[in-house]
Amino acid sequence: MPLPYYVSPEQMMKDKAEYARKGIARGRSIVTLEYRDGILLVAENPSSLLHKVSEIYDRIAFAGVGKYNEFENLRIAGIRHADVKGYSYSRGDVTAKALANAYSQALGNIFTQDIKPFEVEVLVAEVGDANGAKSEIYHILYDGTIEDEHNYAAMGGQADEIRRFLKDHYQAGSTLEESLQLGVRALSVTQNKTLSERDLEVAVLDRTKERRKFRRIPPEALSQLLGTAK
Amino acid sequence: MMNDERWLNLFNDYANSSFVDALRRQSPHLLPGAGPRPETREAEAVVPHGTTVLAIRYRDGVIMAGDRQATAGYQVASRRIEKIFKSDDLSGVGIAGAAGPAMEMAKLFQTELEHYEKVEGDNLSLEGKANKLGQMIRMNLQAAMMGLAVVPIFAGFDEKVGVGRLFKYDITGGRYEEKDYDAQGSGSKDARDALKKLWRRDMGREDALRCALESLIDAADEDVGTGGPDFVRGIFPTVKTISRSGFGEVPDDEVRRVCEAILGERTKIGNGG
Repeated sequence: MPLPYYVSPEQMMKDKAEYARKGIARGRSIVTLEYRDGILLVAENPSSLLHKVSEIYDRIAFAGVGKYNEFENLRIAGIRHADVKGYSYSRGDVTAKALANAYSQALGNIFTQDIKPFEVEVLVAEVGDANGAKSEIYHILYDGTIEDEHNYAAMGGQADEIRRFLKDHYQAGSTLEESLQLGVRALSVTQNKTLSERDLEVAVLDRTKERRKFRRIPPEALSQLLGTAK
Repeated sequence: MMNDERWLNLFNDYANSSFVDALRRQSPHLLPGAGPRPETREAEAVVPHGTTVLAIRYRDGVIMAGDRQATAGYQVASRRIEKIFKSDDLSGVGIAGAAGPAMEMAKLFQTELEHYEKVEGDNLSLEGKANKLGQMIRMNLQAAMMGLAVVPIFAGFDEKVGVGRLFKYDITGGRYEEKDYDAQGSGSKDARDALKKLWRRDMGREDALRCALESLIDAADEDVGTGGPDFVRGIFPTVKTISRSGFGEVPDDEVRRVCEAILGERTKIGNGG
């Protein structure tokens, strides 16, 4: 018979948090910036097929860092939540706030009840109207902690340094080009190499678009925006 | 063994990109055919029915058109109903039959296609879309037997083949691909008769638009359920184009001009058709 053992709740939570943080710190980072026409999401992601940034609903986008299978699972759950809600009420009733709360509850439950916590952080962004509703950015941590961010957000391995950099350099009302260049500089702030369009996954929630605001920016357009086009 | 089953269930859940299946697990009462089922045909005469829709192939893809009237028994239920719905950038559904369930089905279909696209990061093939719509129609079979049938036309641009294609359905979800044109609804026979005479291979947009409107005018002329162009209220048939460049709307002004031209010519030669 194995010996019964006791671990204090404090110790258990600390261990789990440390485990989750280590997993997240190994991954590459993502930044989000509000720009003149919407919200820009820039991820360091060498794969062009396995996405870190994607569309949830008309005005809502999702981004995840950490373990791919875990945030991919959350992404699909988010799309289901949004589509069911939009179908049973109306498209306008689907909000980032409700989705962010659902993510927070799910991650909080997994953190306290499962042996292994999710090694992820996710971000939910909703673009506002040109005149009226403001944009919303929610950042949800591995233990369900939820924060609403203003103007910019960063998550992943080097999030703290990136956030400091953005705090010093962010300017409201920038163009897409300026914001993208700032985002890429922020991502490379802790690295020696410069990031090219092949290392990046970029998408926007563009409020000038009709109904579905989410748009990926393909590598060709990216190199033009970054000014590296040949 | 238990473990095997759990694993398989999880796998099936993760590998499923269907909105209808998600809805079935989460809110089954929202699916077509759910809820109380009619046991007599009484509803048929009091529920609004959409009347005539048609789809024709032309050089760039497909044109879909429908009149704007809904009819309940011998009464006009609505003069402004829309019957052609965009299902995604490259396809549309024209609804005929019981208007309420038909519109709900069009909305479910649109959500299904968008859901698949978001989860998979890729569009369903046109064939896949057509099959999916057939499955939805089958869910409504019981109500259809009691006179609340939904029989849409589905048309789209097939990117793989580079042509427009169109499909019609029966109430059991049976799916039949039509080659050049088809019409559905109470005025469909008259519309098809007109199409038979007017349709030409490789028509341009202008000719196809005129062909569609002329057929709808003929249907409205012969079928009491179908509404013609209404110059008093300014209500005209809906016309949409689906081509490689996407789902487009033919503006009301243009539809009005073509209707005026058709009726003007018929007046001049003294032939009401």
